[in-house]
Amino acid sequence: MIRRTFLGTTLLGAAALAFMQPAFAQDDKVKVGFVYVGPIGDGGYTYEHDQARLKVEEHFGDKVETVYQESVPEGADAERVMTQMALSGADLIFATSFGFMDPTINTAKKFPDVKFEHATGYKRADNVGTYSARFYEGRAVLGHIAGKMTETNKIGYIASYPIPEVIRGINASYIAAKKANPDVEFNIVWAFTWFDPAKEADAAKALIEQGADVILQHTDSTAPHAAAAEAGNVIAFGQASDMAEYKPSPRVSSIIDNWAPYYIDRVQAVMDGTWESDDTWDGIGPGMVEIGEITAVPDDVKAEALEIRDRIAAGEYHPFTGPLNRQDGSEWLKEGETADDATLLGMDFYVEGLTGDIPN
Amino acid sequence: MDLSVISPTLLVASLMVASTPLLLAALGELVVEKAGVLNLGVEGMMIVGAIGGFAIAVETGSPVAGFVAAAVAGAALASVFGVLTQFLLANQVATGLATTLFGLGISSLMGQSYSGIRPPATPRLDLGPLGDLPFVGRVVFGHDWVVYFSLLLTFAVWWFLNRSRAGLTLRAVGENHAAAHALGIKVVAIRMAAIAFGGACAGLGGAYLSLVRVPQWTEGMTSGAGWIALAIVVFASWRAGRVLLGAYLFGGVTVLQLNLQAAGVALPVEYLSMSPYLITIAVLVLMSARRRGAAAAPASLGQSFHASQ
Repeated sequence: MIRRTFLGTTLLGAAALAFMQPAFAQDDKVKVGFVYVGPIGDGGYTYEHDQARLKVEEHFGDKVETVYQESVPEGADAERVMTQMALSGADLIFATSFGFMDPTINTAKKFPDVKFEHATGYKRADNVGTYSARFYEGRAVLGHIAGKMTETNKIGYIASYPIPEVIRGINASYIAAKKANPDVEFNIVWAFTWFDPAKEADAAKALIEQGADVILQHTDSTAPHAAAAEAGNVIAFGQASDMAEYKPSPRVSSIIDNWAPYYIDRVQAVMDGTWESDDTWDGIGPGMVEIGEITAVPDDVKAEALEIRDRIAAGEYHPFTGPLNRQDGSEWLKEGETADDATLLGMDFYVEGLTGDIPN
Repeated sequence: MDLSVISPTLLVASLMVASTPLLLAALGELVVEKAGVLNLGVEGMMIVGAIGGFAIAVETGSPVAGFVAAAVAGAALASVFGVLTQFLLANQVATGLATTLFGLGISSLMGQSYSGIRPPATPRLDLGPLGDLPFVGRVVFGHDWVVYFSLLLTFAVWWFLNRSRAGLTLRAVGENHAAAHALGIKVVAIRMAAIAFGGACAGLGGAYLSLVRVPQWTEGMTSGAGWIALAIVVFASWRAGRVLLGAYLFGGVTVLQLNLQAAGVALPVEYLSMSPYLITIAVLVLMSARRRGAAAAPASLGQSFHASQ
């Protein structure tokens, strides 16, 4: 009997919660939903998406209402979350992880009047647009600093998974580092995880013990910074978020995902009725990728890095500009030629000079 | 490929650091299982120890206070498991899994305000001229106190289980709790003590991650170390000396594969990453193929006990 009462109370509570969420939907406001793959306190990827959501609220004030759901599993649950958001009157929904791709397309079919924006995916529909950031532009800037700062000429790179996004980052940093310092050598460790502080720390330590005095990372925790701080004389760079707690050294700069300008732009488009499905791939220029404050490096290195950043932003310089060969020595880009987006999106090869094989 | 860049001294030294959390957690679980209790909550107790130790170390500025707090936090969570399984006779496997899930959840709640903070450093012991000896200086005399503590604990656990009367009593409880009860041994009290000890050890292991090995707090930072500790106990066929071997082997393979990668050895990365797990599976298969190995498990392992039985 007690058990039945308990169950009843729980169900009632759950039902009350479910009804409370959509209760305040109003027609004159634009309602924007955000679906996050991680907790908003992860200090990295999801944290930056949520910061952008707060900026949207700040920018539009009373004209907009935002709702979000964190730690949504990639799969059927995501479809349920988005369906609920749409039913509760959302006009625009941002699905912020690659794994939400099919759920987004499915939900979008059921709600043709609701606009959807899916991050880092490639499937689009009349009411589904996609967006992503050119992080490799930021990596070119960091690569330059890395090449200038290394004294042992060995740069350690902690990579996550062998997908085009990560390979692009390695190539972009290597090309820039090589330009800054022709003797530079990259040691790449594949961690096969986005987030495992102990493993990232071990990887950083292994690289440092083998002589690397600069650590670049494409994993999400600050553990490599802690290892660099302990070793002394080693520098590292923030990933996805500023990682400012390790300023001014070992963290000497960072790549920051800044989604706010894009989110504000798209919400504005919905308000104006001008929203259309498209594919956005923005970099430093439009402000989607930011370089964190450059600290604890000589002034000339900082000035050069900022110049590279500004030239990339202005479209005067492309991080993948020929002459460039593939790792096997075959020609990829001729003198002055720049890489096309299709090749970049599917990048599965190292450029000439990098050693080791990409795991399959 | 240039293997000369790997310094054997630093490799062994970092291997010991990487293995210490596993060793501490596995030693605790060894004692728990020797008492006939299967606690699958090691991962949860580790991460509660990781945040508990981190928080107290940051608040007080003393890493030692942090480690003490971690042991208390781990033991507290273990006691919840103990009450549920020893007094309320809940299923040990299900309760252990629930303990892990609960520990992961409450640790991220407790840790909300602690991400991005640097803990006070746990320095390496300064042993004067001994630390300057080649190789031996760094490998034997160049560690923080927790590493020595874990080695001492290995010996203490071995001595307790094999050479002391109390250890014999604990093993009797684990082998046949009905017979032990008939002899007037307080089965539940001994098991509760073993569970609390196991929790304290797991908590210490977790704190070693958040205070020394990484060192910082991030949600979910144990990422499976507790499960590996459980596997090490079986791998070691419930012997303290082999727990040490298992923990160092496991930690060693992880560190070695990262070092080999960094040195550019052209081995496929996937196999290197898999290797610790493959070795564990291989040992488990070898052990179960030998009859003596299977018989090494405490006979009452995982069974609930009530005096009315």
